[in-house]
Amino acid sequence: MTLEAYKNLADSNNWLLLWPEIALGITALLLLAVEWVLPRERCKQVVPAIALAAQGLLLAFVAFSLFCSDFTHLGVSFAGLIKQTQLTNLMRCFFLLSSFFVTYLALIYFKREKDTPQTEFYHLLLVVTASMMLFVQSNQFVLFFVALELVTVGFYVLVSYSRNHVSSLEAGLKYLILGALSSPMLLFGIVLVYGIAGNPNLIGHASDPLNFQQIEHFLLADPTGNPYMLLAVVLIFCGIAFKIGAVPFQIWIPDVYQGAATPVTAFLAVASKAAGFMVLINLLRGPFAPLSETLLPFISAIAAVTILFGNITALTQRNTKRLMGLSGIAHAGYLLLGVAASIKVEWAVGAVVFYLFSYLLGSFAVFGVMSLLGSEEGDAWQTLDDYENLRTTHPFLATVLTLGLGSLAGIPPLVGFVGKFLLFVAAFQAKLYGLLAVAIIGVVISIYYYFGWIRSAYFRSWDLTSEEGGSIAKQKLASIHCFVLGLVALAVIVFGVYQASLSNYLF
Amino acid sequence: MTVLDPHLIQLAILSPVIAIALLFIVRRFGREVTSCVAFLGFAVPAGIAVYLAILFPSAEKLDGYAYLSDYATGLEHLGISLKLGLNGISVGLFLLAGIVGLAAGIYALQADADKRESYWMLLLVMQAGLMGTFASVDIFFFYFFHELALIPTFIMIGVWGGAGRRSAAMEMTIYLTLGAMLSLLGIIALYMQSDLASFSMIELRGYLASKPLSIIAQNNIFGLLLFGFGILVSLFPFHTWAPRVYAAAPTSAAMLHAGVLKKFGLYGLIQLGAPLLPAGAVAWSSWVVWLALGNIVIIGFVAIAQRDLKQMIGYSSVMHMGYCFLGIVCFSMIGVGGAVLLMIAHGLSVALLFLLATCVYKRTGTYDMFEMGGLCKKAPVLAAFFIAATMANIGLPGFANFWGELSVFVALWEYEPWVLFPAALGVVISAIYGLRAVARIFFAQPTEALGASFESGSVTDLSWPERLPCIVLIAALLLAGLFPSLLSDSIEEGIESAHYTLSHQELSTAQVALSQPDSL
Repeated sequence: MTLEAYKNLADSNNWLLLWPEIALGITALLLLAVEWVLPRERCKQVVPAIALAAQGLLLAFVAFSLFCSDFTHLGVSFAGLIKQTQLTNLMRCFFLLSSFFVTYLALIYFKREKDTPQTEFYHLLLVVTASMMLFVQSNQFVLFFVALELVTVGFYVLVSYSRNHVSSLEAGLKYLILGALSSPMLLFGIVLVYGIAGNPNLIGHASDPLNFQQIEHFLLADPTGNPYMLLAVVLIFCGIAFKIGAVPFQIWIPDVYQGAATPVTAFLAVASKAAGFMVLINLLRGPFAPLSETLLPFISAIAAVTILFGNITALTQRNTKRLMGLSGIAHAGYLLLGVAASIKVEWAVGAVVFYLFSYLLGSFAVFGVMSLLGSEEGDAWQTLDDYENLRTTHPFLATVLTLGLGSLAGIPPLVGFVGKFLLFVAAFQAKLYGLLAVAIIGVVISIYYYFGWIRSAYFRSWDLTSEEGGSIAKQKLASIHCFVLGLVALAVIVFGVYQASLSNYLF
Repeated sequence: MTVLDPHLIQLAILSPVIAIALLFIVRRFGREVTSCVAFLGFAVPAGIAVYLAILFPSAEKLDGYAYLSDYATGLEHLGISLKLGLNGISVGLFLLAGIVGLAAGIYALQADADKRESYWMLLLVMQAGLMGTFASVDIFFFYFFHELALIPTFIMIGVWGGAGRRSAAMEMTIYLTLGAMLSLLGIIALYMQSDLASFSMIELRGYLASKPLSIIAQNNIFGLLLFGFGILVSLFPFHTWAPRVYAAAPTSAAMLHAGVLKKFGLYGLIQLGAPLLPAGAVAWSSWVVWLALGNIVIIGFVAIAQRDLKQMIGYSSVMHMGYCFLGIVCFSMIGVGGAVLLMIAHGLSVALLFLLATCVYKRTGTYDMFEMGGLCKKAPVLAAFFIAATMANIGLPGFANFWGELSVFVALWEYEPWVLFPAALGVVISAIYGLRAVARIFFAQPTEALGASFESGSVTDLSWPERLPCIVLIAALLLAGLFPSLLSDSIEEGIESAHYTLSHQELSTAQVALSQPDSL
């Protein structure tokens, strides 16, 4: 390539478009610098404050620029590396929102775990958030893989972060090994795509065979299909399936969710899953759109098995974090239903994103309550029995928990119902009747464990006398927790009744 | 006032919600204030319902709907918006929800449960959901409000319920979610098949009247709706949740659930199933007839066998749903109208019976009818109310139930005479268990323990807070029984405007299908 060509490519580098990610990166570095400068005790107060403030400000700015679309420039930039759409901008808000909540959960967590260093945690959190934001905007497989690995490596550390707890180390190791298994699969798929799409002997071969648009053109030019291409796509799909926890790549979920610190579990459950889904949709509607019809039965089958696996295994689960993990698998199944529908129905993408938002709100309500009720020996062994009598000891938390679980179960008037409803309508429109039947069975099954949890919190068990509570001591909640969780609970209700503020951007 | 009337419907839905919010604020101010706020939360919807029902015949209507209002909530691209309004069919049920809600609310206000305010709040949520269900013109919100009313019962049963509450609450929620999901699927299917991209009942009716769906689509969708709604209405053999739940539920929750909420399924079949999918309804009608007869005869015999008073009332409420189903499949004005009338009348009478059963329990300490007796001497007013409620339940002239059952019977005679005989047997059955219960509770020789407690003078007659809801319900039953045209005129108008297919051609198809059940 000539110098002129490089210059042309460099001209499309518009760094301003990536300012939220850059700001997050700078803040992350700033946190490390602060730790050098300030004494340790002071650090413990300043670092979370900076992290929280930076994310809050960024969230406000990104949301603002989304609402006033003059500030956003949609389209491809950075020589085809980055593609920004309305949807990716919304997802950037999503990741910022979830990292904001995770920071809040971490504040609660570190109050109990005083010996654990904090700065690195927030640093990693910010870096992982920035790379998730890049991940969903990537328009080329190299950036795609680099962003994905940045997320994954960040999570390797975060999962095993509570090194005082054996379960956390165990979780970290399991996540590392299985993650290391999935990355090569993804990479192998990418390499196959590169090799096939770049093969000069094939019709319509691409000059940049990793660019999403060029791959799409290549596939369109050769409608007969290349079996190796299909293999490549399936391998890439498997790599992403690990992220989202779809069967058969779900096996790590219960152990890792249980062992990781609760904020990390929440981050994995919500943000990591959402990133996986967004990328899956990007791929299926972008480069692999010509193959998507062929992939439909494959995705449908995985969705059906995932829904059933998640719901059935969660039935007998008593450990709260494992329960969240297993029911999260079921949610991944519903989302896959939406992904399958999006192949045929345009607006199903909006339904999936709406579901992700509803899942975020419901999950954080539940994880917030879980964190606040955590005990000294770590949250890993919290069971439903610990929630006995929550209604009398913490009526507020019991209400928030009920709203969160109700939303996850899909009960009107909560936001989770609207999410499920949209997915079901989309699936019906895509004529996925069999899958829809499985999803309905899954929802009915899920009532048992979600309401079983509510039952633990509300109904006095037969073996408790009226005075004796569960293991939770009665204590006064700080008003900040009431405020934050109250806000989440309110959002769960408000978005269940009135969706206009979100749906205007989705449909 | 006509400009304000649409807003009154919104106020009827919102006032329980506002009352909940106020209860949060004033819960520390002592019992007088909180009960006053909660009472308003129940009374305002009831007052609005009565007012709107009185004005309904003279109100301005569009496609049979009065007081229409429309609000966008963000799902317009799917044709969903919060459309509220009342037609002739829904105005009666809206009234029923208001009146039974008021009665249940007054009773709950004097209940001595722990965490009283939470109980009222949940009951108010239920009330808001019920008012919304019957005022929704949009099918999405129709379903939405129903679920809103359904879920609080889970917590109410679990926390304040009687024996077996933990498992009963769980069983009910799973069972009813299954029913709700099936009907949701049916609703989505209806929406998709119509190609109209609208969830509005008015638009769907108008559209499908001119362009009916294919026979296969109608059959499938009606099947989904029938079994989905059927589970919610405790259609035989999907009734098993009902008696257990009603036996375990706290009184006010049972009153609202059995009296009003359960009518949702029938209401859905009358407003959606039969008018929008006439061919489907005809094809399934022989199934419905057999299952409804199962409700009437088999469950009737089961009710006779009960010793537990609440279980007996629960089975009796399941049994009477059979008549409503029979009325719907007659495809005649008198049949469907009778079903609606019976729904309203049964809602009032079963709520009254559940209320009185609790009053009996408070005085005897047991629900086992074989251990009761002689209560008439000690509590004559209670006895009078209970006998009246039983008579209403049997369908004696003078009460609204009579007109409902009579209309259904007349319609059955025109539709398929032989069905009338097992159906009429149901009246005898309900007389047997009803009168036997009265005889056991009030006129039998009391057991020794009970006699001792009678002697000690601790058993008193109904107190005023207990009498008040009874009077409300009895008055409504008598009013509708003595002047049925108050309700039936608007019901008739509602059925006419709902594009019902009442032609004889379809009726004859239905009869052919009925005579050959194997062909289905």
